[in-house]
Amino acid sequence: MKSSVIIFPGSNCDRDMDVALKKFGFKNKMVWHNDNVIPKSDLVVLPGGFSYGDYLRCGSIAAKSNIINSVVEFANKGGLVIGICNGFQILIETGLVTGALLRNKYLKFICKNIFVKANKTHNKYFNKIKKDILELHIAHNDGNYFCSEDDLKSMQDNDQIAVRYCDSNGEISENSNPNGSIQNIAGVFNEKKNILGMMPHPERVIDNCLSSNDGSYFFENLLSNMK
Amino acid sequence: MKIKVIVTPKNGVLDPQGKAIQQTLNSMNFIDVSEVRQGKYFEIETDLKDEKNAKKNVEDMCKKLLANLVIEDYKIL
Repeated sequence: MKSSVIIFPGSNCDRDMDVALKKFGFKNKMVWHNDNVIPKSDLVVLPGGFSYGDYLRCGSIAAKSNIINSVVEFANKGGLVIGICNGFQILIETGLVTGALLRNKYLKFICKNIFVKANKTHNKYFNKIKKDILELHIAHNDGNYFCSEDDLKSMQDNDQIAVRYCDSNGEISENSNPNGSIQNIAGVFNEKKNILGMMPHPERVIDNCLSSNDGSYFFENLLSNMK
Repeated sequence: MKIKVIVTPKNGVLDPQGKAIQQTLNSMNFIDVSEVRQGKYFEIETDLKDEKNAKKNVEDMCKKLLANLVIEDYKIL
């Protein structure tokens, strides 16, 4: 399987993602934001970081980059696209996924491990995943997910809530909500579920020598669902 | 010509920064302050000569970049 990771000025999780994808068997290429064409890929990843210094709104300037037209075209043809953290913010600003990411409720940059519960139904990302309560890492200032009540309802009806913050037992409550996101939402799919945007970083927890190895389940499962 | 734009969080959208400012003002004895909403202010210098055209153009900018209409409203002054 071939993947591409897009690098924006200010991306800082691009190389972690490259390492993770290669570790689990993807043939990955790095793509500069100013390019116009994505190399032939089965998966495109918008990595975390602080593209364009988070100027104006997080992800808003990156969403107007040259390469984004190709990403949108790839996604509209059903290609798999993942946006992690700043990548999620970029997906939101391009309109590829619904909602907005506001400043964290308590105005603090949050950098810690959290648990999320994955939605295993009807999507290639988490279907058949061996573990659906994952310990992943978050590091963000603006991850407070928001959308209108109508959008929330239609996403719930269509199973588009991808991951929700929970505790280690999988219980979803206000106590396990790190940033004030509505319904503890940590990540969402687009309507067709080929696009996943989420704040937690699976690429940061892919080895037993790190604080968690649960990101491995994500990548292994995705690759096996793509074959 | 200079066109001025104000972008503010929509009603009902949580504004944690505005809330923090309000609480600080209250703690400074501005006890009358019941809410603060923080927004952004833009001054856009344009080469267009016709004000109507320029404002129409800025409106397009607001929709496409300056504001995120999911969470923000804009006002061209």
